[in-house]
Amino acid sequence: MQQKPILLTILDILSIIGLGVATYFALVFAPTEAVMGNVQRVFYFHVGTAWVGLVGFVLAAAAGIVYLMTKDMRWDRFEAAAVEVSAMFFFITIVLGSIWARPAWNTWWTWDPRLTTAAVTELIYIAYFMLRAGIEDPEKRARFGAVYTLLGGLSAPITFMVIRLFRTIHPVVIGNASAEAQGGFDMSGDMVAAMLVSLAAFTILFIGLMWHRIRMGGLEEKVEQLKLKVSM
Amino acid sequence: MTSSPSFFKAVFAIARKDLATEFRSRELISAMLVFSMLVILIFNFALELNPDARRTVTAGVLWTTFAFAGTLGLNRSMAVEKDRGCMDGLLLAPVDRSAIFFGKAISNLVFMLLVEMIVIPMYAMLYNETRIFQLEFFGVLLLGSIGYIAVGTLLSAMSVQTRTRDVLLPILLFPVAVPVLLASVKASGGIVAGLPFEDYVTPLNLLIVYDVIFLAGSYMSFDFVVEE
Repeated sequence: MQQKPILLTILDILSIIGLGVATYFALVFAPTEAVMGNVQRVFYFHVGTAWVGLVGFVLAAAAGIVYLMTKDMRWDRFEAAAVEVSAMFFFITIVLGSIWARPAWNTWWTWDPRLTTAAVTELIYIAYFMLRAGIEDPEKRARFGAVYTLLGGLSAPITFMVIRLFRTIHPVVIGNASAEAQGGFDMSGDMVAAMLVSLAAFTILFIGLMWHRIRMGGLEEKVEQLKLKVSM
Repeated sequence: MTSSPSFFKAVFAIARKDLATEFRSRELISAMLVFSMLVILIFNFALELNPDARRTVTAGVLWTTFAFAGTLGLNRSMAVEKDRGCMDGLLLAPVDRSAIFFGKAISNLVFMLLVEMIVIPMYAMLYNETRIFQLEFFGVLLLGSIGYIAVGTLLSAMSVQTRTRDVLLPILLFPVAVPVLLASVKASGGIVAGLPFEDYVTPLNLLIVYDVIFLAGSYMSFDFVVEE
């Protein structure tokens, strides 16, 4: 039996501390936004979760390519872990965004490019799990999963560009002066600090969760092998 | 891949095999056609397609119909290969695997275009909508179908090997094919509304980009999908 690595335990503790600090920065340290009030504070976690969600998707596509080249099952575990953890973070991003959009845009949901792309991406993630669930042979499952993440990774940016042709109301917070009308805001220094802390906290949490999930994938495989051995 | 004449020969042999079987049995095309008519019929009641509504939704209705009918055809064309053990035979043949992909894609594309060529005059007749008879409209139809079939052929080769099979194909295909459907609807909607070329050139460009990327991507990954 493999011992849990010490570094992973350290990451666990760091994640908990990081989330606590990020919560403090978002809820207490950052100044209240002048127009929107306290609901704007959801933004810090929204950006944090969206960031790791996107990173995971890119990592999964990259791992898919490496798997197809090397046929090493470790990359398949990495890819599945990235998709699983990211799917969860992406879902949280969408929920947090809706919570903010209700008072800011006066609607829970709108078919804006980013929102639509997020929804389509989440559906690709779900389709990925359904695909994997339908295949018994681990090697074939890994191959199909890799091909599908690759297609998803190619399609998501084009989806975004196509929907961009339709009107957008999602605020571009960084580097856009005319965002006020869309519910955007200029960030003060403390706000930027809170956002960066949240980004760092979620990155640590993401790495920790990924590690756990990859480790779990390895253990699952071992259990399968042991079961086979017993039944023989 | 080899660009020798034997490669193209193999591609056309596979496409011809599919077309010959289909023209003898007419199972697939008739199913796709009847299904398309039913979808258009349902849209008629669901959307109250009066002249005003038609101006804006014609492109959307047609593309939704083609997408649904397309999955039907893609599923069937790959399932036949699998069930009768034909796929194993194809894989044993001493040709490049990508020839199988292009052969299947060509026959799938022909089926889809045939259905479109019958459904469009029918739609025009039923709804007195002659604005869809434009060269540009057919151009978009061709580009959109190519992108949809390219990725659809690859994914149907995947879904047919899973436990859930037919159920899985639309779930896999639709989220990945969202850009091609959106761009097609946007471009063909602009043509039907009589907008100038500049107004729909961007979706048209994205459509071409999608076609190129996904033809290349599907071609490169097809090997991994069929290898045993």
